[in-house]
Parts: sequence; structure tokens; C-alpha cells
Amino acid sequence: MRHIQRAPLYSKKRIAKDTVEMVIQSKEIAEQARPGQFLHMHVPHHTLRRPISIAHIDRENHLITILYKEIGSGTRTLSQCTVGDEINVLGPLGNGFPLEQQVGSTALLIGGGIGVPPLYALGTELRDRGVNVISVLGYQTKESVFYEAQFKELGETIIVTDDGSYGEKGLVTDALSLLKDFDHYYTCGPKPMIQAVVNSIDAVPGHISLEERMGCGLGACFACVIPTDDEKGYKKICQDGPVFSQEEVVL
Amino acid sequence: MSMLRVQLPGLSLKNPLMPASGCFGFGREYSSFVDINQLGAVMMKAATGEQRFGNPTPRVAETSSGMLNAIGLQNPGVEKIIETEVPFLAAYDTSIIANIAGSTIEEYEYVAKTFQQTKDIHAIELNISCPNVKEGGVQFGTDPSMAAEVTRRVKEASNVPVYVKLSPNVTNIVAMAQAVEEAGADGLSMINTLTGMQINLDQRRPIIANQTGGLSGAAIKPVAIRMIYEVYKQVSIPIIGMGGIRTAEDVIEFLLAGASAVAIGTEHFQNPLICIDIIEQLPEVIQKYGFTNVEDIVGKGHI
Repeated sequence: MRHIQRAPLYSKKRIAKDTVEMVIQSKEIAEQARPGQFLHMHVPHHTLRRPISIAHIDRENHLITILYKEIGSGTRTLSQCTVGDEINVLGPLGNGFPLEQQVGSTALLIGGGIGVPPLYALGTELRDRGVNVISVLGYQTKESVFYEAQFKELGETIIVTDDGSYGEKGLVTDALSLLKDFDHYYTCGPKPMIQAVVNSIDAVPGHISLEERMGCGLGACFACVIPTDDEKGYKKICQDGPVFSQEEVVL
Repeated sequence: MSMLRVQLPGLSLKNPLMPASGCFGFGREYSSFVDINQLGAVMMKAATGEQRFGNPTPRVAETSSGMLNAIGLQNPGVEKIIETEVPFLAAYDTSIIANIAGSTIEEYEYVAKTFQQTKDIHAIELNISCPNVKEGGVQFGTDPSMAAEVTRRVKEASNVPVYVKLSPNVTNIVAMAQAVEEAGADGLSMINTLTGMQINLDQRRPIIANQTGGLSGAAIKPVAIRMIYEVYKQVSIPIIGMGGIRTAEDVIEFLLAGASAVAIGTEHFQNPLICIDIIEQLPEVIQKYGFTNVEDIVGKGHI
């Protein structure tokens, strides 16, 4: 069940360059949300909602954390909300990551930039289920790094930056060559990064989380489709995704 | 509530509100939020002869007070729609309007004729105004003689009333309206989107992959009001009005301009319950402006 509700903003802080962490309070959403799902956030004076993935779910305290990058008028306006304000939220939407990985097996999380947040919710859940978690996180520069400590709590974490100003210099795919022992991978980030990750990992199953400019967020408007292998086949990112198995869609 | 009732060719509406074609899919996706029984009608997403995949992404971009879209008529094809989507909607107590599109007159005819297979369609909305497909669509909507021809042929192929959806991308909207009225249209629906473009400064490229898209939302409301106002005086067939409606007051404005019923599109993306909210507010707002029912208001904005 999805909800439209006015959820109070519980906390807000800037955690890296142009990157904002918001925690909102909603019993219904916290109880139902799964890692990989997103919230469709209403932004005052804007026609379209903004789809933002869920970074953490605190079911006990009914809190949901989202992270977003301020890149345009919509996200900047969203950042003007202050603690206690009610934000109109539609969600949770989409399908989450599968969580059926075997106890004792190893999950590799590969995130790039603002694609990192949904992997944190996933990593937390997998760790709690007894799965080993390794993370490779890529950022542009030192100033854009966030959640390093949080991921380190989940397991081994490698940080890479485009310019080498923090962690290893290079791309997430450079770090992947050092990692051999994992049973499933999960990735989210810019499309070229996801393509490179999918191409560089053989013989291990994986799931990818995609983003696209969205309209309704519910599967009605066909704005955010992605082709599949079969002729004229397609999936809707908002409704069928945003998480897909790596062979399900054509990147 | 009887004050909201509207009678139109083929349509006995319990209220004048309906989701506009393209923004509500085939109703299924919204049905967990919206009680479809409460809607006056549902305008289905456009049907073409065969399945269409549509345009590359990005397909939408937000603008000041509106949005651009270039979906490209993605749909599973008329036969599949009749088989899987119409029965879903037909289970509700609401009127169903089938939006039909095509690249050729023959395709329009085929879609209209194929819809005769179901008894559950109450009217056809003839989409001669989609700006986002390479062939057909908008050409039929910008040349009065072509618009008349496709209207005539679809009327012959169809067993339900035909509402022709007019494009605002013309210099003389009245000439278009008169041409399709003369060709046998039972009603008009207006307006479709206005062709527009938005360029991303960092990438130095149009945001939408199709480059141009159809502008909708609050930004186009004054254009819709003006066009309905002009057309209402010059035709005798009813108008279903649309273009940027967000409030019950907007609905009154469309009725005053000459619309007999209204459709809401883009606002669904912000508020999936917009039609239901307005249906609830409308009786009070009708009274506030000194009217007793919807039909009283139609055209009362004319001097």
C-alpha cells in the first residue's frame, strides 16, 4: 500500500558538498518501506514531484532518511523546508532490492555519488540478516564524500574519488578488480558507471537501481521507461523498478 | 449530486470531472488512491493500431508552472487495450472515453472500428493533436481540411460519439473547430499541449530526447481559456475543456468560457486525488459564484 501524506521533517543536515540528508517521520512509510524503494516528494511551486531513494529505515522510531543532491530549483526549494514542516510525500514507491541472499554469503555494494544512499539501506538490512557486506563507493572529490563511517560499520569499505583527493584515485570499476569473493552485487549510480560495473563483473548475479526523469511515479504516464531485450519490450523504472536484475533491461 | 450532472453526446456524467488522456494511464495505476466510481469519466491513454514503444528518454522536463512531455504515444495497441484495460475500467461506474491516434487515416479508422468490438466505450476522443510523433498526429490537427477528413472517416468507422481533440498549435483555432464540426464531430476536446523546448545549460542540449515536447500544466491555462472562449461562440457542439486545471475555481473558469465538462491531466502528478478533491469542493464553489448547477454556468463568461 502506498500513501500520500504530510510527513513532518524530523531533521535536516548538509552532509557533503551539495548533499542534504533529511529525516522524515511517518509510521506508515517506515513500516512498509524496503531498501531500494523511493519517495516522491512534493516541492512547493513546482509541477513535478522529485523521486528520492530511501537511505535508511528506522521502523522502531518511524523515521525514514533520504539523501539528495541539490542540483536544480526543485531540490534547492526542498532544502528550504525546516524541521517541523510537513512535507507532502507519496510512497513508498517502486520495488526494492531482493533481500533473499543466503546467510553467511557476501554482498558487494557498488555506489556512485548520489547513487550511494539506497545501498546504505540495503547494506543495513543485509547485514542484519547475516550477510557479509563489502562496499565500493565512488565520489567526485573529497568534499562530496558522505556516509563513509556508516558503510564501514557494515563491513570493508573502499572509497574512490575521481580526482584522488580522498581514498583511491580512479573509478569504482578500478577497485572491483581487487575484489574476488562475493556472491551477489548491487549497484546504483550514474548510468555509465552502472554499465561499466555490469560489464566488468562476470558470472556473479547482480541487481542495478536506475533513475530517470519521472512524471507520475506510479506507472501511468510512461515517462521513465527502459527497453528490455525482447522486441518492443520495456519496463517502467518507477513501477517495475527502480531495481532490476542486471540482465532484465538494456542499458 | 444532481447539481453536478452533465449530459453530453454519449456521456451521462455524474459530474464534469475526468482525468485527461495520457496522465492517468488506463486507470489501473491510480486505482489504489482514487475511487474511480466517483469520476465523471476516464479518458484513456491513446490507442494506436499496433503496439508503440514511444520516444527515447528523457521524456519529461519541468518548466516554470508546467512541464514538457514527449512520450510518443507509447501504448500496447488497440486490441490489447480492449482485451486487458477496458474490462478493468468497465467494472467501475464511470464513463469511458477512448483516445485514438494514428499515423495515417487508415490507422485511425482501424482503431475506431476495432473499438466497436467492445460495448464498454461511451465515446471516442480523436487525437489529431499529438505533437510528439513524427507522422500523423499533429499534421491532422493543424490543417482544417485534413482534420475534417480524418473526422469524417472516424465518424463512419465508429458507433459512438466522436470528440475531436484540437491542437493549440494553430493560428486559427475557430477554423479548425468549424471544420471538424462540419465533418460530423459530436464534440470537441481542447486543448492539447503547446509545442515547446527547454535547453540544459550544462549539457547545451535540449533536455527532452525528442528535443521538443508538449507543454502542459498551469502555464497553458490562459491559452486554453482563450481558445475555448473563441470556439464556443462559433460552434454548436459541446466542448470538454482542459489545460492547466488545478482548482475548483479553475473549473468554473473553463465552464464560463464555454466548456461543458473538464479534464485534468498534469496536476495528477502532484496530487493523484485532484479530481476527487475538486468533485468534493465543486458544489460549494458553484454556489459561491451564484450558480445552482454545472450546466447553468456553461458559456456564462461571454459578453
